[in-house]
Amino acid sequence: MWNDARVVLAKDLAVEWRSHVALRQVLPFVFTVVLLFAFGLDRVLVNDPLVSGDTVPVAYVAPGVFWLAVLFSAVMLVQRSISSELDDGAWDQLRLWGLDPAGVFVGKAAAVALQLLAIEVLLGGVVCVAFGVSVPSSPGAWLLIVTVMVLATIALSAVASCYAALSAGIRVRETLLPVLLLPITVPLLLASVQAWQGALTAETAAGWAWVRVDAVFAVVYVAVGVLAYGALMEE
Amino acid sequence: MAGVSEHRASISPFAGSVVGVDEREGDLGPAVHMVAVVAVLGTFPALSGLDLTVPRGHVCVLKGPNGAGKTTVLRVAAGLVPALRGTVTVLGSNVRADRRSVRRHLGYLGHATGLYADLSVEQNVRFAVRAAGSGTGQAIDSSLTRLGLDGRLRDLRVAHLSAGQRRRVALASLLAREVPLWLLDEPHAALDPDGRDLLDELVREAVGCGTTVLIASHDTERTARLADSVVHVQGGRAVDTTRVEHGDSDVE
Repeated sequence: MWNDARVVLAKDLAVEWRSHVALRQVLPFVFTVVLLFAFGLDRVLVNDPLVSGDTVPVAYVAPGVFWLAVLFSAVMLVQRSISSELDDGAWDQLRLWGLDPAGVFVGKAAAVALQLLAIEVLLGGVVCVAFGVSVPSSPGAWLLIVTVMVLATIALSAVASCYAALSAGIRVRETLLPVLLLPITVPLLLASVQAWQGALTAETAAGWAWVRVDAVFAVVYVAVGVLAYGALMEE
Repeated sequence: MAGVSEHRASISPFAGSVVGVDEREGDLGPAVHMVAVVAVLGTFPALSGLDLTVPRGHVCVLKGPNGAGKTTVLRVAAGLVPALRGTVTVLGSNVRADRRSVRRHLGYLGHATGLYADLSVEQNVRFAVRAAGSGTGQAIDSSLTRLGLDGRLRDLRVAHLSAGQRRRVALASLLAREVPLWLLDEPHAALDPDGRDLLDELVREAVGCGTTVLIASHDTERTARLADSVVHVQGGRAVDTTRVEHGDSDVE
């Protein structure tokens, strides 16, 4: 399995390296999403003394915007990942070469995860600037942020790869995939946002409680992918 | 220029069977054996009780009108379409039971080329060889040379190639993998006259080394020159078989 995963991972990264889709399309798109949120929500959300009435601290909004943007990135990346297999029949060849389906899943999910992590790092900077987020100074908060980032990225890549394979044989997959995928990721989104809010508001203990949801999500969907990808590829 | 025979030098026996299933020389049965195969595409019965036997080292051409079931025969043999009923034995193994190991020993060239448009010619062939776990670096080089894909084409993205050149890349992947069974669906499509002649030459060389080739084609005049047998498929059944010997033919 691991050898097949390495081969597929290297191929998917080579496809990205030569096409720059993540760099030239996904990244500008999610930056725009974040900026649109910043402009759209600016007057009502921040601790702005000029705004009267109830306001929401930025630490509660920025994580939500960040993880929504990451979710959109994941949808685009996984659409791209499966399209490259389906455009000229390469999906059939993957089956014909006798690759271990679990290896194909791990390789494809890992490629999406690595691209997603790179996007998250850059996106984090943009969110901090756009929303004026104060970067936490405590190592505990940073540990929480990084742990959530890694677990949520693994979980998101795994679940997105599973649903992409599920929709592979369907003509309307481009529109169906987000419809299938987005509702499934609600618990993951909620947990990641809550955990990051904990990190940004110095309530790390509350944040760590949500990490368990990310971890369970990651373990369950990696297991589902490893066990079921063969059936998904053959459907 | 390197030929198929050079690629095969390291394979012994080249026309061998799927490992662990049919290893004794004396037990080598037909490369493809289908008995009363029924296959359905959606609700359409693409094959309705098809029988087919292709001996090892032979070229078998499937001919018939559009929708007769030729492509489905190839896809069933490759395990890409399941047989609803009947038995399918490929290289001595039951396709249903040993699908993964059977697939590793066959090369399939369908209507699509199975290439990645963003990867270069060489990257595509190299990936095919690595993914399938068969073939060598030397085989990659010689197959690219043989298909006229060396030089400046080697590092060109497949997206920039013509349909015929893409077909050549797919053939180079097939050649580099050194498999004992080729399943070719309209292989001459999109190729220029030189490419068609080259493909015929490759098929002859491969068969000379023990490879079995099953071709679905409308170009019966050309493929009949390669064939040991021509099977007429109609309505999802093999309605007759013509055995070709030294340019003469007799209908069985």
